[in-house]
Order: sequence, then structure tokens, then C-alpha cells
Amino acid sequence: MNAITLNDRSLKDVMDAPETTPLAASQEATPVARRTPLFETESGKRFIEGVANLFKAAFPPLLGILFFVALWALIANTNKSIPGPAETWDAAVVLFSDPFYDNGPNDKGIGWNILNSLYRVGIGFGLAAAVGIPLGFMIGRFDFLNRMLSPVISILRPVSPLAWLPIGLLVLQKAEPASIWVIFISSIWPMVLNTAAGVQRIPQDYLNVARVLNLSEFKVFSKILFPAVLPYVLTGVRLAIGVAWLVIVAAEMLTGGVGIGFWVWDEWNNLNVAHIIIAIFVVGIVGLLLEQMLMLIAKRFSYD
Amino acid sequence: MQSYVQIENASMVFSTKKGKFTALTDINLNVNQGEFIALIGHSGCGKSTLLNLVAGLLDATDGVLLLANKEIKGPGPERSVVFQNHSLLPWLTSFENVYLAVEKVFGDKESKAQLKARTTAALELVGLTHAAAKLPGEISGGMKQRVGIARALAMEPKVLLMDEPFGALDALTRAHLQDELMKIVAATQSTVIMVTHDVDEAVLLSDRIVMMTNGPAATIGEILTVDLPRPRERLQLAHDPAYHELRSQVLEFLYSRQMRPKEAA
Repeated sequence: MNAITLNDRSLKDVMDAPETTPLAASQEATPVARRTPLFETESGKRFIEGVANLFKAAFPPLLGILFFVALWALIANTNKSIPGPAETWDAAVVLFSDPFYDNGPNDKGIGWNILNSLYRVGIGFGLAAAVGIPLGFMIGRFDFLNRMLSPVISILRPVSPLAWLPIGLLVLQKAEPASIWVIFISSIWPMVLNTAAGVQRIPQDYLNVARVLNLSEFKVFSKILFPAVLPYVLTGVRLAIGVAWLVIVAAEMLTGGVGIGFWVWDEWNNLNVAHIIIAIFVVGIVGLLLEQMLMLIAKRFSYD
Repeated sequence: MQSYVQIENASMVFSTKKGKFTALTDINLNVNQGEFIALIGHSGCGKSTLLNLVAGLLDATDGVLLLANKEIKGPGPERSVVFQNHSLLPWLTSFENVYLAVEKVFGDKESKAQLKARTTAALELVGLTHAAAKLPGEISGGMKQRVGIARALAMEPKVLLMDEPFGALDALTRAHLQDELMKIVAATQSTVIMVTHDVDEAVLLSDRIVMMTNGPAATIGEILTVDLPRPRERLQLAHDPAYHELRSQVLEFLYSRQMRPKEAA
């Protein structure tokens, strides 16, 4: 009964004072009209959260780099022959302001040197992939071949890459193909071994599916073998490109020509230590980029 | 009536590093067309080995296996297998996984559109039309197993072989898939041989339960005919004394006559 009377009353109130309704509406509207501070809105909060997360993620690496630079500055301070961070930075700004100048074969911009090194790595590494990946597939698939080649690979693999250089110079007669040969022989092993391991580790389940379906050899390769082994191949490729980039500097120091490795040696002869330090950073950063690029590709083909 | 699958005096001996290991011996079994057979036994009794013999993934050391009067030699799509761990190819979508099988079996005779229609129909049968474009990594375990079943059924096999197909699933999903399987088998009149270690599953689904003795040198201990009328309803069976009688017969075989291997040793 109470509820009904209450209802009656409220109904009556509304009927008696119809003009209150628009008033109430306008009162409700005012808080919306008043602008909420930017950081109280949903997107504002998300922005702050994003900045906080970014800071959390970036802080440890930034701190590490800061320590590294501080240590470097300290060493440069005690040993005057080593240029400090500021001095190196100034030299780098000059160097990178004109990366592609060309004053004859022994004086080219840093850009040319990097590109030349990358070109040699690309050729040597590409040849290694073209030979190593199919070879790895065959070693993984045929046990006989595996047992036949295992001892040879085991002996050749641990050989220091530069030990191959004299053979290359002897056979190929020129510095350029000899350094490509060194890249080839040192970057082929990770690709052979990883591909072979991948083929050997294909889950029996997948092969059983292939057997029950009676798939043709081509289908087995394209639908099962290749995709199953691809992550292993890419791991091999990633390791190989790391090795290749590692080796190119040393090979070019010995063979000369245009390239980041030779450039380091040249600047050592000029006693330009700032440029040597810049070269170390350039080699490191290019190597990191190559690795990251392959990691991205590998991620695309990972199904775990 | 001529039996569809005939297994005569089959035995299986593996050569291991420790010498010969006899997994199965003296297996004799006849399966009729349209029959649902459950193979049950303790783990290690060779029930999966027996299934693999029928699948052709293993070759019997001795004895003969026939399907429709033809000797079973090697695996083939007329005996499709639903594997225990689904065995979908992770780089292919649900649709592509099924299509791979369909294309292999019917690719010579039918157009692309027909093959696609078959694939779609198979996915529809297991209720997965919405997940056709998903990769196995993006769907649940139960859904993966359903894609595996769709793949096996889409091949229109003479015999459907299932190796503990629901073993890795939770109880609710398992019950759901068992119900679906019963409907599908009723609709397609498939001949099914299923390995299971689940007594309820065996009684619920099968026409006959083949109970195996413990290995090594396991063989068929007893065959129990399940004459419960179809269609079977899980909830009704729970109150059916005949169901409980069958269930206790299987349990009695497994736990009293065939001790667990551990206790026997």
C-alpha cells in the first residue's frame, strides 16, 4: 500500500510541476558540459599507463648504457690515448654528415664501407645458404649421408674462419673472392647442422598423418617437411649471419679493399682512435639489426 | 554375414635393444560393417599397437589382417585414423587440414568446388564452421580433436580408427564429443574401432567391447557384447541396470581378473 501511495504522490508531483522536467535535464547536462581534465578521461589514463609501461621497459637498458658510457668516460679520462664519449660523438657527427663521399680507393665514406662489407657478407652467406640448407635436408633425411659426412663436418666446423683465408687466396688468386670464401665456409655449418637437426626432429605424428593420407613426396615436402623444419632453418640462418658478420671485419683487415674491417685497420694506421671506436659501434649495431630482422622473420613462421 | 575387418592369428614382435619383445600374440577378431568396437585394457597391453596394425602403420610379424577381403598392406586413406593428440599440422588452418585429406582422396575425380564443399560439410558435421579459418594453435583442445575427427570422416573411410581420441580432454568436453560422435556414427553408418581406457566410454559408445589381457604377449581376453538399444542417452543409461551390469563386467575383467601390471610384477 505504501508503495502505491508513493507512486501516486510522485505521479502527482510530476503532473503538478511539469516545468521541473526540462530543468532537471539541464541540471544533469551541466557536469557533461564542464570539461573533465585530460588525465581523467579513459584515453588519458591509458596514455599515462602507456608512458609508465614504456618507462618501466626502457629504464633497465638505459641504465645499462649509461653505466657503459660512464665507464668508458672514466677509462678515457685515465688513458689519454683513448677518446671519450663526447669526442667520439663529435667525430661521428662529422663522419655521418657525409657518408657517401668518394676520394679514391683508399678514402671512401663510412656508408660505402658498410655497404661493401654487407655485400660480401650477402654473397658469401647467400652461397652458404644455397648449399648448406639443401645439404642439411639431405643429411637429416638420409641416415647414410649423415653418418658419412658427420666426421668431416665435425673436423671442419671448429676451424677458425681465418684459417681458410690462405686456401682461398691460393685458389681464387684475388682478395675479394677470398674473403667471400671465408664468409661462405664459416657461415655454412650452422645452417647445415640446424637444418639436419630440424629434419630429424619432425614429430612422428606428422609423418604418420602423411602415411595415413598416402601423400605424394611433393606434398610431404611442401606441407609437412618444409614448414616443420623452417624454424630450425631460420635459427641456423640467424646463427650463420651472426658468424658471417663477425668474420667479415677480420677477413677485410687481412685482405684490404673497401669495407668496414679494412677501414678499422686504415684508421689504426692513421692513429684515428675515435674512428676505430665508431667502427666498433657500427659493426655492433649493424649485427644487431641483422639479427633482429631474422628474429622477426622467425617469429612469423613459429607455430608454438 | 562376411566380416568386414578380419584379424587372424596376428602377432607383433618388436626388436628392441634388449632383444625381442612380444607385444601381441594370437589376436583373432572379426568386425562387421557398421559395427563400433572398443578396445580396452590396461596401459601397455598393446591396444594401440593393435590399432596401428589395422591402420597399417605397423606390419604384423605374423598372421593376416584383411579389410573387405583385401590384405592390409601399409597405411591408406580408406582406414583413416584419429590420433590421440589430434596431430593437426600447426601451419595449416582447420579448413586446410581437412582439405589436405579430402584433396588426397577425392582430388582425382572431383572439382575444386566439390572438394571445398566436402571440407565445409565435414567441418559442419563436427560443428566447427566458425573455426574453419583458425590455426590449430588458436583453438581449444576439444576443437582440435573435432578437426581431427572431421579430417578422418571427410575421407569417407571404410573403417574409422580412433586412438584414445578423447583421452586428453576434460570430462565435460569428452562427454560432449562422445555424444556428437554417436550422432555422427549413426548418421554415417561408419565402422569404428576405438582404443580407450575409459570403461564408461566403452560401454556408452560400442557394440562390442574387446578386453585385452596384460602385456607382454597380450591377447584378447574376452569380448563383451553391448546390446543396449540405440540411440543411447547418457542420462537414461545412468539409471539403466543393464548399463551398470555391463559396466561392472568390464570393471571385473580389468581389476579382478587382469591385475594391474604393477601388482602382477
